[in-house]
Amino acid sequence: MTVSTGGSANLGAYRVAERRERWLLQSLVVPGLALIGLIALAPIGWLFWMSVQGSSGFTLDHYQRLLDESYLRTLKTTFELSILVTVLSIALGYPLAYLISQARPRLAALLMLLVLFPVWTSLLVRCYAWLVLLQRRGVVNSWLQDMGIIDAPLKLMHNFTGTTIGMLHIMLPFMILPLYASMRSIDRDYMRAAANLGASPVRAFWQVFVPLSLPGLFAGIIIVFVLCLGFYVTPALLGGGRVYMWSMQIERNVTYYADWGAASALGVVLLALTLGILWAVGRLIGFDRIVGGK
Amino acid sequence: MARTIRSAVSISVAALLLGAPAAMAQDKKVLTISSWGGAFQKAQKEAWFAIVEKELNVTIKEDNTSGIADVRTQVASGKPTWDLTTQGAYSCKLLEKEGRLEKFDDQTMKALADIPTALGRSDQCAPQIVYSVAIGWRDKAYPGKEPPGWAAFWDVKNFPGQRSVRKHPIYALEMALIADGVPMDKLYPLDVDRAFKKLEELKPHVLVWWASGAQSAQVIKDGEVDMVAAWNGRIQALESEPEGKGGKIKTTFNQQILVSDHWMIPKGAANKDLAMKAIAIMSRPEVNARISNYINYAPSNSKSYDTGVIAKEKEAGLPNSPANAKKGFIQDNQWWVDNADAMVKRFDAFLQR
Repeated sequence: MTVSTGGSANLGAYRVAERRERWLLQSLVVPGLALIGLIALAPIGWLFWMSVQGSSGFTLDHYQRLLDESYLRTLKTTFELSILVTVLSIALGYPLAYLISQARPRLAALLMLLVLFPVWTSLLVRCYAWLVLLQRRGVVNSWLQDMGIIDAPLKLMHNFTGTTIGMLHIMLPFMILPLYASMRSIDRDYMRAAANLGASPVRAFWQVFVPLSLPGLFAGIIIVFVLCLGFYVTPALLGGGRVYMWSMQIERNVTYYADWGAASALGVVLLALTLGILWAVGRLIGFDRIVGGK
Repeated sequence: MARTIRSAVSISVAALLLGAPAAMAQDKKVLTISSWGGAFQKAQKEAWFAIVEKELNVTIKEDNTSGIADVRTQVASGKPTWDLTTQGAYSCKLLEKEGRLEKFDDQTMKALADIPTALGRSDQCAPQIVYSVAIGWRDKAYPGKEPPGWAAFWDVKNFPGQRSVRKHPIYALEMALIADGVPMDKLYPLDVDRAFKKLEELKPHVLVWWASGAQSAQVIKDGEVDMVAAWNGRIQALESEPEGKGGKIKTTFNQQILVSDHWMIPKGAANKDLAMKAIAIMSRPEVNARISNYINYAPSNSKSYDTGVIAKEKEAGLPNSPANAKKGFIQDNQWWVDNADAMVKRFDAFLQR
């Protein structure tokens, strides 16, 4: 009797101590949360507020403005380009990530270095390098012409094609890295087990390897796609002035018109569309799979 | 004891007296001026600021501006840090319309009397330099042929090849109308529909719609395009540089569009009186003319060419010299202030179609 009351008293004290410790541990995230709130959430709230503020209080004028043909076309271009770059980066990135994940450690390290190398070079330098290579009198065109393969220079720069090439080059590592991480964690015994059960290598690859690599693929898609939506420098330099991105319209509203309201509305629209797409993708395949949890 | 106190006092007094001139020198007023930076601001400093500092006995503190948005934010803050700033003619007119500038006093207005009003001179905008939008071309593309004007820019039969135009309607519309046969003195108000229709013709031949002066120079220097509509200073600078893949680059003032940069005082500037005096000094013909000896920009004061400050061979390369000015026309800033917003939207839609 005395033992049991003593036990429950102990238990109670233990629970209190446990709760206190949990509170203490949870309070450790407060500075981090405060920082995120301060530098991310508060400005977004402010952005939203500015986008509905006119000279005389609440207004939807800034959003009304966006219904203009000029903005709608830009929105279309922004999404077309982002989707195209994402698809191409899967096409190029998946085989490469597979190769690296299957290679022997030393070769894998070397290949990884080659993938990472461009990331350490300035984005501006890489854009100008493409310009030197692909413009009308660039290295590639004059080479092809000297070899007699083409008569007139190919239009590889100052357009949608040039922009796509430049952006793809910049985005590729962001697709390869998460893919590689998820491929590395796939147990090779699964493939052997599939072979043991009579699957051909191709079938084992499609039925076992690919599904297991999906979390990395989805993470890559989201990173590449979202980063593409906000691109500015590459389309500005390689697009010949005819590739309009949403970010350029934001810049135009801020610098030419100092119109923070209109620029904010542009920002809110892009944010809402991006979140909407992420939500749809999340509903479709489940967020836990993207983040890599089971 | 009393003696030590007395000597301490006398030493302090002596120290104060000795220190006084130094303290007075530090009291010199500071005039803060912002401009575009780079080679242009360096030229302004050598041609103008040095003289202003001496005559007004002030120290000039320099800052950089990247455009109209800076002035708007400064004025909105209530206490602008700049006493004087350089902005484009069109920006100045816009700021004037928005009521963000200080009005010049009569003394300053008198000093500006010889600057043409067509440049956009007003009681808040003081034109300081003139430049132009002119045709530059690769000599190899049309050997021995000089494009007579904007019609040639459109004429891809006689002047075949790629073009480059600014990614903004602000010069493109005027170019298009002149190419379509509108006389230079009957342009404004612009026939917008006609201009865009004419631009549609040129569009397939424009390889690059340039976004910066540097880009406009790069595309012609590399031979990416054969003809460019760009700021005269940018093309002329290529003449003194080693040739690029595009070979020799030539330029003409035929049908050039003359534009200017202005001085203006942000509303609420702490030293606006000093700033006005500085404007008056820099607008004096013999001072105003000096800028052309440091950089390829022309003076705004029409009497500057009579001062003898600018060498004759230099004069030939300046867009508003007596001989060159009549080849072109001055852009109407006011029309653009009233219409730019709608034009930019329409132009952006046109380019994306």
